[in-house]
Amino acid sequence: MLLLLLGGCKPPPEGRVALPGADLERGKLVMQQAGCAACHVIPGIAWPKGRLGPDLTGFARQGMIAGRVPNRPDVLTAFIRNAPAVAPGTTMPAMPLNPGEARDAAAYLLSLD
Amino acid sequence: MTRLPIFSRSTEQALAGWPPPVLDPAGPFASSITVLSWVLFAIGGVILGLVLAALWVALAGPERLRSRLGGTRVIWLAGIALPVVVLTALLIYGLTLTSMLRTPTQPSDIRVRVTGEMWWWRVAYLDQTGRVAMTDANEIHIPVGRTVTVELQSSDVIHSFWVPRLSGKIDMVPGRRNVLRMQADAPGVYAGQCAEYCGGAHALMGFMVVAHRPDDYARLMAGRRRPAPVAGGEAARGAQLFQSNGCGACHRVAGTAANGLAGPDLSHVGSRRTLGAGILPNNRGTMIGWIGDPQSLKPGNRMPAYSMLPGRDLTAIAAYLETLR
Ligand code: HEC
Ligand SMILES: [Cu+2]
Repeated sequence: MLLLLLGGCKPPPEGRVALPGADLERGKLVMQQAGCAACHVIPGIAWPKGRLGPDLTGFARQGMIAGRVPNRPDVLTAFIRNAPAVAPGTTMPAMPLNPGEARDAAAYLLSLD
Repeated sequence: MTRLPIFSRSTEQALAGWPPPVLDPAGPFASSITVLSWVLFAIGGVILGLVLAALWVALAGPERLRSRLGGTRVIWLAGIALPVVVLTALLIYGLTLTSMLRTPTQPSDIRVRVTGEMWWWRVAYLDQTGRVAMTDANEIHIPVGRTVTVELQSSDVIHSFWVPRLSGKIDMVPGRRNVLRMQADAPGVYAGQCAEYCGGAHALMGFMVVAHRPDDYARLMAGRRRPAPVAGGEAARGAQLFQSNGCGACHRVAGTAANGLAGPDLSHVGSRRTLGAGILPNNRGTMIGWIGDPQSLKPGNRMPAYSMLPGRDLTAIAAYLETLR
C-alpha cells in the first residue's frame, strides 16, 4: 500500500530517460570498480551480492531513494556520489566517483525495471 | 546454495593487477619459469608434429616408409630412446630450476612469513635473525630488485601461494615450512591467489604484492613503525565502538588494546588496496558493507556479521579503520 502511494511520487516516464548520452555499460563497470555490490544486489553484476543495503532489482520502478528523496535522475546522480549530503543519516557513504561516472551509474540503475 | 564466482571474478572485477597474467613475468624467478613453460610448449609442439607425421605415413604414406615405420628400430628409437632422453633432460632442467627457487635464505634477502588461513593471509615481516618485526595481512610490501624469501605455513588446511608474475607456486602445508623466493624488477601491484582448493571460499582468497622503489619502501616501513596517530572526531567514536563491540578479540591494531589473532591484523588496513583478502576495492562503502555483512560477501568466513549495529556506528568504525595506515 505504502509503495502504491509512493508510486504517486514517481516522475513521469520521460523524466527517467532524462540522462541523455549516459553510457549504461560504463555505469555498470564503474559500479563494479567501486564495489557498490558489496552492499547491494545489482542485476547484471554477478558478484558480489551484498545484503547490507537494499536489493536494487527493479530500481527504476521505485518511487523514492532511501525512502526519503524522489527517485529522479538528477537526485539519484547526486545521491550516488554523496549520499549523506542528499539524505543525511543514511548508512551509504560518499563514493569515489566523479560526476560523469555517477551519472552513468544512475542511468544504469534507472534502466533496471 | 550460494554459488561462488569461480570464473566471474576475473572477468567482472576490475582490481588493479587482477587477473594476474601468467606468462608475463616481472622478475628473474618468474622469468625462468616462463622460459620453462615455453620450452615445454615448444617440445610438445614438435612431438605433436612428429606424431601427426607418423600418423599420415601410417595411413597414406608410400609403402617403403610404412614398412619402416612398423619396424622394431623405430620403436626402439622413437618409442624408448627419445622419451628417455627428452624426459631426463626436462627432469634435470625442472629440478634445477625449482631448487633455485628454494635455495636457503641469503643474508641480503628480505624475509617474510606468510601463513595461510581459511580464507585470508597472515603476514609477518622478519628481521635477519628470523624474529617477527612487524605484522600485517592480505598484502605484502617489497622493494624492487631485492630477493624476498617467503616462508610459507598453514594453520588449518593446505593452501598454495601463487603470485604468477613474481615466482613459482608452492603449497602451504600444515606443520611444514616451505620456502619460496620471489623478486619484482619494477614497482607495481602484483596479484596473488590461493591455488589449492581449501574450502568453500577458496576462490575468494587472494592477496596483493606491492613492489616499491627502495627509498619508498624504506619510508613506508619506517612510517609503519611509528605509533598510529590518535584518531579524532568520528574516527575516535569508531575506535571506541571497535573496542566495545569486541572486534579486538579477533583483530590486532598495533599500539592499542586490540590484540586478537583469529582475524587479519588491522594495524594498516586503511592503506590496503583491497578488503576481504583481495576481493573488494577498499573504500568507505566496501568497508561498511564488509563489517555489516561479511557473510554475504564471503560465505562461511569466520567473521560474524554486525548488521545489528546502526548505520552511524558502522560508518564511525569504517572512519576509524581508514585512519589505520
Ligand atoms: C570472531 C572473530 C572476529 C570478530 C569478532 C571480528 N572479526 Fe573481522 N575478521 C575476522 C576474520 C576471520 C576475517 C577474515 C575473513 C576472511 O577473509 O576470510 C576478518 C576480516 C575483517 C576485515 C577485512 C580485513 C582485510 O584485510 O581485508 C575487516 C575490516 C574486519 N574484519 C573488521 C572487523 C570489525 C570492525 C569488527 C568488529 C565490529 C570485526 N572485524 C570483528 C574475524 C573477526
Ligand atoms: Cu585455497
